[in-house]
Amino acid sequence: MTSAVDDVHPPCPPPPVRAGVFPALGLYAAVGRGSFRRYATYRAATWSGAFTNTVFGFFIAYTYRALWEVRPHLGGYDLSAALTYVWLGQALLMPVAAMGGGIQDDLEARISNGDIAVDLYRPVDQQAWWLAGDLGRAGYHLLSRGVMPLLVGGLFFRLRMPAGGFAEAALTWCCFLVSVMFAVTVSFALRYMASLTGFWLLDARGVRQITLVLGMFFSGFLLPLTLFPSALAQVAQHLPWAGMVQIPEDVFLQRRTGSALLAGLGLQLGWIVVLLGAGQLVQRAAAAKVVVQGG
Amino acid sequence: MPARAPLPDRLGALPRILEALRAYRLVAGMWLRASLAYRTSFWLTTIGNAVTSALDFVIIAIMFLHTTALGGWTLPQVAFLYGTSGMTLGLADLAVGSLDQLGQRVRDGSVDTVLVRPAAALAQLSADRFALRRTGRVVQSALILLWAVSRLHLDWTAGRLLVTVLLLVCGSVIFGSVFVAGAAFQFVAADAAEVQNSVTYGGATMLQYPPTIFARDLVRGVVYGVPLAFVNWLPAMYVLGLPDTLGLPGWFRFASPAAALLCATAAGLAWRAALRSYRSTGS
Repeated sequence: MTSAVDDVHPPCPPPPVRAGVFPALGLYAAVGRGSFRRYATYRAATWSGAFTNTVFGFFIAYTYRALWEVRPHLGGYDLSAALTYVWLGQALLMPVAAMGGGIQDDLEARISNGDIAVDLYRPVDQQAWWLAGDLGRAGYHLLSRGVMPLLVGGLFFRLRMPAGGFAEAALTWCCFLVSVMFAVTVSFALRYMASLTGFWLLDARGVRQITLVLGMFFSGFLLPLTLFPSALAQVAQHLPWAGMVQIPEDVFLQRRTGSALLAGLGLQLGWIVVLLGAGQLVQRAAAAKVVVQGG
Repeated sequence: MPARAPLPDRLGALPRILEALRAYRLVAGMWLRASLAYRTSFWLTTIGNAVTSALDFVIIAIMFLHTTALGGWTLPQVAFLYGTSGMTLGLADLAVGSLDQLGQRVRDGSVDTVLVRPAAALAQLSADRFALRRTGRVVQSALILLWAVSRLHLDWTAGRLLVTVLLLVCGSVIFGSVFVAGAAFQFVAADAAEVQNSVTYGGATMLQYPPTIFARDLVRGVVYGVPLAFVNWLPAMYVLGLPDTLGLPGWFRFASPAAALLCATAAGLAWRAALRSYRSTGS
């Protein structure tokens, strides 16, 4: 990379050039599709990952079964709902990147090796660019790594699928998919900010690990949030991480219907607005920082 | 790294092992210095490593808020399983955990660089990206183990003490063997690195919980298939004085050293076979 001192280009990323809203959307859609195809290339990795999710699903399902046999209806879930919670959690783990990853690997590598400077010259909004890529990845992971754990889990355990008439079940499935998309976006907004700390720390792994812990615990991936001690459970259900696993799970299990369903989706949407907004501010500060460094 | 002339074969295996250990020490030392260059990140990742692994125990503790026993085991007894599972996996991960990145090196061809150096490939690849931050898990698990022991009020006979020490050593060897065997598998299937996570991290998760809660076939699989039951389940039954509900031969509780030896031998053979069959990309 050339030194910024004798660089003739403007030191700040130029304002995004947009010929209206729709062409921009087309661009981001192309980024998302490209990302989907890119992940779809690694077939062996996909299979081995889905295998691992399935094995973990078995282990955790047995621990839940042991607990729910002692305490049926614990936390408002019956045994079959609890087991569904486990397998759906394994299915969502990769799409919502509850353990981190996705764009983080690329973004952090580009920040530490300086390639990010090239990205900053692109006439796009960085956050929207990476979000599009992450949604494409999540779409692929939902289809590939989401389906197998659910199928195998359904084969060995009695799982609870959306019930009711056709219309009710279809509505639940639709709301669930919307909620998953929101979950990916919440997760993205958090991961994006965590990775951007690399501009200051040079190595974002530490921050990433801390955010991973918070995400694993407060998302409800390991245990439904209603099982936490009551004060903690109350708080945790309103934090952004609840929007990553707990809310989509409850939508699927039809524990959130009517106004509770809207409240759940609203909470996700609210956090998306707040976190993406905060990400914009961090991104602006980071872009200024990269110039000071001289690339 | 200063190249040293390989010692003559007639001296037997010992000089070669010492030489490999020396290579391991040199490579690991280099990565240690490199990781300490980013101090903030080093401490954050070490603490993060400990907290990540502590999370599993928090989940167990929350489960015990709602029940007094899980599969007939009390919280201190489960904590004993948790501590031993985490310590053995953590020690194995610290020593040879970097091997699980081998597939990446096979893909980008950098294994070839390792093979032309006059030092044991296994030592070099195990020490590659040596990460002291992994002690986070070991220390955290050790603390839980100490807590469990203080709550269990066991009569610490010489036999119990010996079996516990052997548990930690043999358990680490068994997990280490799984890492080596997994790496051998990655020579063949470079993209399938994640499969071995289901045995290492997945296995360690399983071993945190009492064997009584799992399906019989699953338990049989980790006794006779991948012998993870010998890491802590079986010796723990002896140390904690619990009756065997699995219907296994009584001497299995003391068979961890034999299982570890068997695992290490199998992993060594697999590694050797994989290394010999390795063909570079040739580009």
